[in-house]
Amino acid sequence: MPHKTFFWFILPSLAAMVLFIALPLVSVAVQSLFIEHDQVLIVTENCGPFGCTQETTVDFAASEVLRAEKPLGKFNGLGTYFDRGHLATAEVALAWQDRTSLGDFFSGLYNLPFYRALAFTLSYTFIVTPLVIILGLLIALGVNRLPGMLKGPTIFLSLLPMIVTPLIGSLILFWMIDAQGIIGKTLQWMFDDPQLSLKASAGLTWTTLMVYGVWHSAPFAFVVFYAGLQTVNTDTLEAAQIDGASRFQRIRYVVLPHLTPLVVFIALIQLMDNFRVFEPIVGFSAEANATSLSYIIFADLRGDVMRFNSAAATSLLTVLGVAILLTPVLIRTWRDFKGKVV
Amino acid sequence: MFLKTIATAGATTALMTSAAYAGCGLSGGNVNVLGNEFGAIQAVLAGASECAGDGVTIESNLTKEHRDLQVAALTANPAQYTAAIVANSSIVPLLNDGLIRSLDDLVAEHGQALQKHQLITIDGKVMAVAFMANAQHLFYRSDILEAAGVAVPTTYAEIVAAGEKIESMGLMDNPVALNTKTGWNLGEEFVNMYMGTGASFFKPGTAEVDVNNENGIATLNMLKSLSDLSSPDFLTFDSNATMALWEGGQLALATMWGSRGGGILDAEGSSADVVASTVLAGAPTLMGDNVASTLWWDGFTIAANISDEDAEATFVALMKGLGDDVIMANNDEAVWLSAAYQAGPASAGVAATAAAGATPYPMLPYMGLLHSAAGAELSDFLQGNESAEQALADVEAAYTSAAKEQGFQ
Repeated sequence: MPHKTFFWFILPSLAAMVLFIALPLVSVAVQSLFIEHDQVLIVTENCGPFGCTQETTVDFAASEVLRAEKPLGKFNGLGTYFDRGHLATAEVALAWQDRTSLGDFFSGLYNLPFYRALAFTLSYTFIVTPLVIILGLLIALGVNRLPGMLKGPTIFLSLLPMIVTPLIGSLILFWMIDAQGIIGKTLQWMFDDPQLSLKASAGLTWTTLMVYGVWHSAPFAFVVFYAGLQTVNTDTLEAAQIDGASRFQRIRYVVLPHLTPLVVFIALIQLMDNFRVFEPIVGFSAEANATSLSYIIFADLRGDVMRFNSAAATSLLTVLGVAILLTPVLIRTWRDFKGKVV
Repeated sequence: MFLKTIATAGATTALMTSAAYAGCGLSGGNVNVLGNEFGAIQAVLAGASECAGDGVTIESNLTKEHRDLQVAALTANPAQYTAAIVANSSIVPLLNDGLIRSLDDLVAEHGQALQKHQLITIDGKVMAVAFMANAQHLFYRSDILEAAGVAVPTTYAEIVAAGEKIESMGLMDNPVALNTKTGWNLGEEFVNMYMGTGASFFKPGTAEVDVNNENGIATLNMLKSLSDLSSPDFLTFDSNATMALWEGGQLALATMWGSRGGGILDAEGSSADVVASTVLAGAPTLMGDNVASTLWWDGFTIAANISDEDAEATFVALMKGLGDDVIMANNDEAVWLSAAYQAGPASAGVAATAAAGATPYPMLPYMGLLHSAAGAELSDFLQGNESAEQALADVEAAYTSAAKEQGFQ
């Protein structure tokens, strides 16, 4: 295709990408560099049902003048990125100086909201992603062996967790694992511990969230692998069978190599998805024990005061995190691609 | 001919009368109200919607997420809603950004039915009309306390003692609950309990936080003692959760919102013996006579970025919604700030809390930041993972970095 034709061909999608991806990203980046103007405070007498009090309020007229002059706010450079709510450089340095042991340093780090969220986000990503791939593959191999009549209904049932909206799925499970719920009560009975609660400790909450994550995402991996299995070369499989390869050996040496590009694809999608983990935290009310980067953005944008600048900084750090996470996978894809072209 | 004229005149008069009635005397205007969702507010809106018709439209969006919508919705010009129903804390961001108008003229023209204490005045200007009061206070089960042989507690120390006795006698496991869900609810419990020390949250005259002291430690230790008597799930307890536990008969002592009283004392969702033995009492004290609770009002504000016609229509419609007939028909839904209101058992807790000298929730522009910081940083301490000093230092640090970002330091 001549370059000119190619350019006109991709122009619409290019324009859409600039408009809906690049521009918002630039706007968020700009916002993260600013903070609110210094507030002009005055003391006024306020009255209500419970009497009158002298209280501090914001002088709206004076603040409006400042805002009209500089609508973006006060320039803060990268200050927001390094404050306690984000990278917390000063606090990390202090924790390193005052450490009594490496564990002490890490618990100091874990006390800071950003690192706390990062710890859960990374653990979730690196535990759920491989489990999803393995479980998805096992389901696909199993379903592939089923007689034709059972295949349809089994595939439909296996896809259900993915069809349920994540927030609804997690809410339903949240009620089931409640101390009064069917799973919660069963566990209490099994472990003979009436005080057992899946919501109470960090370890159990993390486990619950991760089990939920695998449950929710495994069908995606399953569908992709199942499609891949339909294209495995049957001649090779039969040849291997004649050579006396067991089922395990056939899977290990014929099927898996054939599916490798799909593993890379699923890993890519799942790493991105899992790094943005959010709905289960809200659904399971797990804020006390597990927060993710997306959750702290959400928390900044709720409540009486919206902290746009803080949320913008966390968003950009998340983008940076996804980029770092995907680099190895993308490098691998690039190598494969170059190998094929040459 | 004569008959026809009479008939036409009669029809016109009838039309005009009904028009005047339907529009509450208004010639037109759009009313659209944003507010929280609970029985009392629904009743007000139902009353206000009687003004609909003949050029007056009345719409509303009642949702628990109202606080997250209001600033963006009222910043738009024209504003998306003509009125926002707010409380002491949620009026602050609207005031900070100049999004609500002074109601002085409207009150003078249409507000004869209002009592003076319903007018929320900021620097001499009426900015909101309060219609109900609310507070967190004690709910107790008289039958369980009787079985345990303890008197009705009036201080939090007595609540802990009573709870321990109930547990040790095997009457009930985890008999105590507060709304301690991480986030806004836990922040509110911290603010309320700290009020019980009588100390101030900030260094006088500044936005500099001052809670990492012996008062803060006493506050946290009391919250910890209470959460030890709560179910291990206490960090997921919001108002709906504690109300369900109460109605399920699983709690003997709880600190809950007064606005839940009507729902708990009605015949729905609970068994007769739980309802019969539920008593609403004033909020307990923590140190000396300091009541560990804050008083709240709910009221309406009118957007700045709307036409005067819409503002007038909104005010008149909401005044209709606060009419004596509405208050009398919904007497038990809330503690109404109206002359028509008759105090009953559902309002006894809020009334006793106010009478004991509880103070209103601080209407400071930076209070919301401290509230959020406390809500996010205290769960580690309550789970026993860190010391009270460390938790308070975290609250102060989180507040300080947020306050700096918002221009308060």
